[in-house]
Amino acid sequence: MTHMIRTSGLVKRYGNVLALDGLDLVVPKGAVLGLLGPNGAGKTTAVRILTTLLEPDEGAVEVAGLNVRSEPDKVRERIGLSGQTAAVDEHLTGFENLDMVGRLYHLGRKRSRERARELLGRFDLAEAGDRSAKTYSGGMRRRLDLAAALVAEPEVLFLDEPTTGLDPRSRIQMWETIQDLARGGSTVLLTTQYMEEADRLADDIVVIDRGRKIAEGTPDELKTQIGGERIESVLATAADLHPAQAILAGLCVGEVQLDEQARRLTAGVTGGAEVLKRFLQRLADANIAVVDVGLHRPTLDDVFLSLTGHSAEEVAESPDGRSEPEAEPTDTREKEAVR
Amino acid sequence: MSSVALALSDGAVVAKRNLIKIKRVPEVLIWTTMSPIMFVLLFAYVFGSNIPVPGVSYREFLMGGIFVQTVIFGSTFTGAGLAEDMTKGIIDRFRSLPMARSAVLVGRTASDIFYNATSITLMSLTGLVVGWRIRTGLIEGIGGFLLLLLFAYAFSWVMAYVGLKVSSVEVVNNASFMFIMPLTFISNAFVPGPLPGPLQTFAEWNPVSAVAQAAREAFGNTGTVPEPTVWSLDNPVAYTLIWIGIILAIFIPLSVRQYNKAANR
Repeated sequence: MTHMIRTSGLVKRYGNVLALDGLDLVVPKGAVLGLLGPNGAGKTTAVRILTTLLEPDEGAVEVAGLNVRSEPDKVRERIGLSGQTAAVDEHLTGFENLDMVGRLYHLGRKRSRERARELLGRFDLAEAGDRSAKTYSGGMRRRLDLAAALVAEPEVLFLDEPTTGLDPRSRIQMWETIQDLARGGSTVLLTTQYMEEADRLADDIVVIDRGRKIAEGTPDELKTQIGGERIESVLATAADLHPAQAILAGLCVGEVQLDEQARRLTAGVTGGAEVLKRFLQRLADANIAVVDVGLHRPTLDDVFLSLTGHSAEEVAESPDGRSEPEAEPTDTREKEAVR
Repeated sequence: MSSVALALSDGAVVAKRNLIKIKRVPEVLIWTTMSPIMFVLLFAYVFGSNIPVPGVSYREFLMGGIFVQTVIFGSTFTGAGLAEDMTKGIIDRFRSLPMARSAVLVGRTASDIFYNATSITLMSLTGLVVGWRIRTGLIEGIGGFLLLLLFAYAFSWVMAYVGLKVSSVEVVNNASFMFIMPLTFISNAFVPGPLPGPLQTFAEWNPVSAVAQAAREAFGNTGTVPEPTVWSLDNPVAYTLIWIGIILAIFIPLSVRQYNKAANR
């Protein structure tokens, strides 16, 4: 079996809203696929369908060689799920959480306990293992959540926005953990809103928007398509916008985005600081005054701007791109009052 | 492993988790068992001297009714617990595991037997303080408590369904209050009757009346209230068991179905 995940023509409707509009995905064994998109793009819906939590309206879904729609029980034995759609029980200790999950995977009493201790050690939770998860930091909870997904050594791992809401340090720790898993040969599908995260973790990236795939490729291919880095420049006067746009067009990859109101130009480039230097030189030659200029890595917004011509924010807020109820940027679970 | 054995062993794992939670957050158990104690004291002392029951003190008569009301209110614990698990994403974790589809519900309703037994015990102690006694024998007394627990178990499946359906702790608590109060008040739980007009017919066939009647007979708290002539109250144990059977037959499959599609939105 060469493919661990394969979907074709996946459709999911919520009333009149198309959450997934014919999504095709293929993930080879041992590969990490990054599903990149803004809130409401359909990432979580896709993960929920692949992990048997949700029935698609149309389309075929295969995980670990099994038909998800007809053999959900067998699929559940082979997958692990972590992230915003699954949670740890905050009243249980870290050990109790993992032990419970092991028992429910039917590993047996002894093996479940061994595995729980093993994973606590591996995820740097050994000391906190006998404290209730309520006392854990956000990063510790996410690690425990990921550990829970790994209890039965699943063939396919689904990580739904594994770092959303984490502080920068915890995010980097989580990235290292996921990279270790990938090196160990796990097949992973992860969803993210961050280009940087997809770039760092994924072998392949699928960009989705309104339930459809709008781009696909390795991180390098995508970056070439949209430009690896972005030059962003704000001009002193609006009259200079068009001449400056012409200058930038000669240096960049793809199209130059123009924001007339902010007097801002944005474009992808491949040459880094050298290109920036040349751009400034040519502006100076043309007597164009610059208020602000910078070079930065592409964000999800940049990816969207160059692929769709609209920003990721507009998608989430537009009336027909309704944001998914479960796709919130921060973890609201922690705010739930305890009865 | 057969599917029933799987449901029971997975259910036991879930029940253990729920019991650990009661141990970690004992306030929940303490405060929810306080309200029935408050009911016993309020009814006993506020209504006690104003509602005459032939041949028995109102406080003794009251206990059978209060027991039923308490286990019905106790079932909202089941609904609220499931609703909380839904909102926190724990149900999603369970649903992604290769466990029996009914195990979360089997485990939840099973662990809530412990909760109901605790509140019945505390109420019985309060009852003893205000003058309630079991005037039959040990066997009859135990039989009365078992029937109450069995009815409580069946009723928690009703609230399990409600909890999964609305998936909000607040809605479970408020909505169930609106329907539990009339259900328990239009019955013989607090007054010997008769109630005016159609309310009396409703009260006679209300399973709450039958359970209260069965408990009173089991504990010997019926006094000299005339023997009821309507079949449901003349055979309260049989009528209660029929209701328990009906509730379980309807709400077990309904709840399991709701669990499976719970997050299908």
